[in-house]
Amino acid sequence: MKKTPLNSVHHDLGAKMTDFGGWEMPVEYSGIIDEHNTVREKAGLFDVSHMGEIAVSGKDSSSFIDYLITNRVSTAPAGKVVYSPMCYLEGGIVDDLLVYKIEEDRYFLVVNASNTEKDFDWISERAAEVSGDVEVENLSRDYALLALQGPRSEEILSQLTSTGLDDIPAFSFKKIEVDSLNMLVSRTGYTGEDGFELYFDPGEAERIWQSLLKAGEEAGLKPAGLGARDTLRLEKCLCLYGNDISRETNPLEAGLGWTVKFDKEDFVGKEALERIKEAGLSRKLVGFILKERGIARHNYPILSIGEEEIGHVTSGSYSPSLEENIGLGYVETAHASPGEEIKIKIRSRLVAAEVVETPFI
Amino acid sequence: MNVPEGLYYTEDHEWLKVENGVGTTGITDFAQEELGDIVFVELPEVGDEFQQHDNFGVIESVKAVSDLYLPVSGEITETNEKLLDQPELVNDEPYQGGWIVKIKLSDEGELDELMNTEEYQEFLEEEA
Repeated sequence: MKKTPLNSVHHDLGAKMTDFGGWEMPVEYSGIIDEHNTVREKAGLFDVSHMGEIAVSGKDSSSFIDYLITNRVSTAPAGKVVYSPMCYLEGGIVDDLLVYKIEEDRYFLVVNASNTEKDFDWISERAAEVSGDVEVENLSRDYALLALQGPRSEEILSQLTSTGLDDIPAFSFKKIEVDSLNMLVSRTGYTGEDGFELYFDPGEAERIWQSLLKAGEEAGLKPAGLGARDTLRLEKCLCLYGNDISRETNPLEAGLGWTVKFDKEDFVGKEALERIKEAGLSRKLVGFILKERGIARHNYPILSIGEEEIGHVTSGSYSPSLEENIGLGYVETAHASPGEEIKIKIRSRLVAAEVVETPFI
Repeated sequence: MNVPEGLYYTEDHEWLKVENGVGTTGITDFAQEELGDIVFVELPEVGDEFQQHDNFGVIESVKAVSDLYLPVSGEITETNEKLLDQPELVNDEPYQGGWIVKIKLSDEGELDELMNTEEYQEFLEEEA
């Protein structure tokens, strides 16, 4: 199994470890619910060094990335981070990613760990197709990535840097010095809370991890694992690749229509997505809350009140913030409005649920 | 890891306490620790009959769904309904407030197949 530079630190902390897409990663330290609540109320520190980093450079980078993804980067200023799906020709999703615009001719793409190789191949093939000056490099091994998330993140990080963090608004980044180390720091994350993601030399991972924990001691900072990361993102309805989005789903039905810029001249999947939009969506990703006891899990069937199958669950969990059981799933468009009564098939039982407005919190 | 004296144990990490032909069962301290925060327990009905090692219910942590297996054959005489609203009792008191069902044993001979405290402790060490 692949290991992040902090693997032994997690073991020393007594974390429960799991195989996550070929990486040995920490699921929990003090407990998922405790870590979840700590991130919502104070701050949590996540090792997400398994994420992939791919650099795209060359003078035609901007137009190439506008072609590669559904969202638009060419008009964004340097220092911005843009979220976007990357689609197949048929409109299905290769991956969802963050694009860091370093300069007009240099970008940094952050992709899901288990998709890194697939994405690198996909991007390289597209780059070979277009005639232009574009170079694609897989830099995943060159970076450790820590996510400091929660309302007290700024206060904690500011103890280790002289850079004013007000200068890094949401979805932007800067190269700054943190604890005497140059790194890329963005105000981004996957928890729905304020927070930062720090990209830096993996050889310094242990030192920076310890410095952050020490700086955050008074604020109540704790290490947090992938378990809490999942419940935190689910409450905020941030899509998880492999669950809520995949090759079999398109960005429009996933509620990511805001990231699809149809006014761009061309992008991979544009024609297919235009056809899908014109025909109308047959299904939509919705959020639901269970009204009876039970927990909805990935792939459980969703039924109408008349007990006809109308979709399936893509993510489901106990929600520590709501203290209710919540989930996301695709349902036929006719059943996708908030207030719709549905049923989730949990093993042999049908459990009442209701489609609700999202995000959950 | 807490492994109390005087109980029977299974390889599925369930415990059984027997008094006057009635067994009380739950999951061990090791099992609750492995599962993490318990958020749901699905219980059988009183009167349901099961064979030894039958799946009689489900226990869910935030991340995982696990089946529950009966250490012995018999009929369910009581279920711990407190767990419906306080599943965390399984984490907090796995051998007391976190018990799951009571069962009237149909064959006390089956107890010979279960592990005692010492054997279960050894089993845990081998697993680790």
